[in-house]
Amino acid sequence: MVRFENVGLRYGLGPEILRDLSFMIPAHSFQFLTGPSGAGKTSLLRLLFLSLRPTRGLVNIFSQDVSLLGKDQIADMRQKIGIVLQDFRLLDHMTTYENVALPFRVMGRDESSYRREVIDLLKWVGLGERMDALPPILSGGEKQRAAIARAVISRPQLLLADEPTGSVDPTLGRRLLRLFIELNRLGTAVIIATHDITLMDQYEARRMVLHQGRLHIYE
Amino acid sequence: MSRAGDEHGPLVDLGNERPQVPARARNMSPIVPRASISGRALVAVVAIMTFLASITTGTVFLVSASAAEWQSEVASEITVQVRPQTGRDLDRDVTAAAEAMRTQPGIVQVKPFSKDDSAKLLEPWLGSGLSIEQLPVPRVVVARVQPGTTLDLASLRRAVTQVAPSASVDDHRAWIERMRSMTGATVFAGIGILVLVIAATIISVSFATRGAMAANRPIVEVLHFVGAGDRYIANHFLRHFLRLGLEGGVIGGGAAMLGFGFSESIAGWFSGTPVGDQFAALLGTFSLPPSGYLALAVQAVAIAAITAWASRRTLFATLDDID
Repeated sequence: MVRFENVGLRYGLGPEILRDLSFMIPAHSFQFLTGPSGAGKTSLLRLLFLSLRPTRGLVNIFSQDVSLLGKDQIADMRQKIGIVLQDFRLLDHMTTYENVALPFRVMGRDESSYRREVIDLLKWVGLGERMDALPPILSGGEKQRAAIARAVISRPQLLLADEPTGSVDPTLGRRLLRLFIELNRLGTAVIIATHDITLMDQYEARRMVLHQGRLHIYE
Repeated sequence: MSRAGDEHGPLVDLGNERPQVPARARNMSPIVPRASISGRALVAVVAIMTFLASITTGTVFLVSASAAEWQSEVASEITVQVRPQTGRDLDRDVTAAAEAMRTQPGIVQVKPFSKDDSAKLLEPWLGSGLSIEQLPVPRVVVARVQPGTTLDLASLRRAVTQVAPSASVDDHRAWIERMRSMTGATVFAGIGILVLVIAATIISVSFATRGAMAANRPIVEVLHFVGAGDRYIANHFLRHFLRLGLEGGVIGGGAAMLGFGFSESIAGWFSGTPVGDQFAALLGTFSLPPSGYLALAVQAVAIAAITAWASRRTLFATLDDID
């Protein structure tokens, strides 16, 4: 599904943040991406989400060389990728329900076709009572859950999550991990970037460790 | 490539916890929040620009219509001047010239000015009780030409000078040329002002769009994250800008149309004053023809369309920067 070959990344004229990354993410796989702060986890996720272009090497996603993609093709490809960012990126003028339903709206689907699915998922992540609340009045944990719900609602083929359990208590963290596992069981390849050893210990999965710009994989 | 999970059951199973889903569709907020776009300033800019453009176009219409009226009146008349000459009977020459003119094809009416008529014409300068016999005043014969016919001036001139050698024929060509150049200059100036107004509109709208896009940058980023293409994002912003443009166009164009609608009454208030008379002489009745109102309406729609086009151009440029 994803193939990196000798990928390097630098910002401007600075040093290389990521060096000679070569790996594959198979379909239906589950992996944790970990490493110390500043190791380049978020940059790697942004490369996978096509919001950054590598300075060298080959990135192939869904069997397509991303360097050859136009803007419209990138937008189409992003509809197959879900992303949870550390700063949540919810739209403040939309309710929690509308934020979570946004991917369906962008796809042009009728509201009645996804209403049940969105409400079920909001209930599952514990936001059943907060559906009509606007993000500015949600707590950090609630925002994080809304952001996760938005990333998984359209059942993407690839899910990227940057510290998805950073703002929730351990019980809710376990519940969210179950959601990612369930999504993976339904066919989505999942990459969770985290520092949380406890979270990684709860599920046996491939570990990708970034250290000094290089990637080490533990199957 | 089919979407993952299309062939699977629901993502989460809530069992007995499954909530009741309301049957009615929820009212969805707009993708671009209306309040976040500084719309009022843009509406005001477009309204003022449309008003200025409409006043310019309307004035060009008034001047051209009056000039055309003048031209047609002057062009449909021919004046023959018969000068007194020693040894010739002026009255006989005038009658002969009038007769010669009547025989020319295309001339529908001939009116020789009598001595009294000539004295009346000169009264404002020379006073009443004038004995015209004592002065070498030329006599005038005015002929009206059938509209749409081209008169053979050379043949007319020949026929008239044959019977009255001191006669000269004037078809007012010099006047018409002057009128034509004056109208041309007015229309040219009007088009120049219109081009400036439209350029100012495009620049103002581009700045307003850029400002609105900068304020909504987080929204654009999130829409990119959930897979929205530039076209989808631009369409949502464009609808908003087209609505603002139309609103401004209707206000500015409508105000100008009302202004022209009342201009006849306004001209009436000033009639009799030197200023009013000057305007009446230049612009006639000061009323815009129906085609003028139609042009103003088309212009208002065109300015709204230009607003949307300028927004679209700026939008795509800004979206390229944001990605």
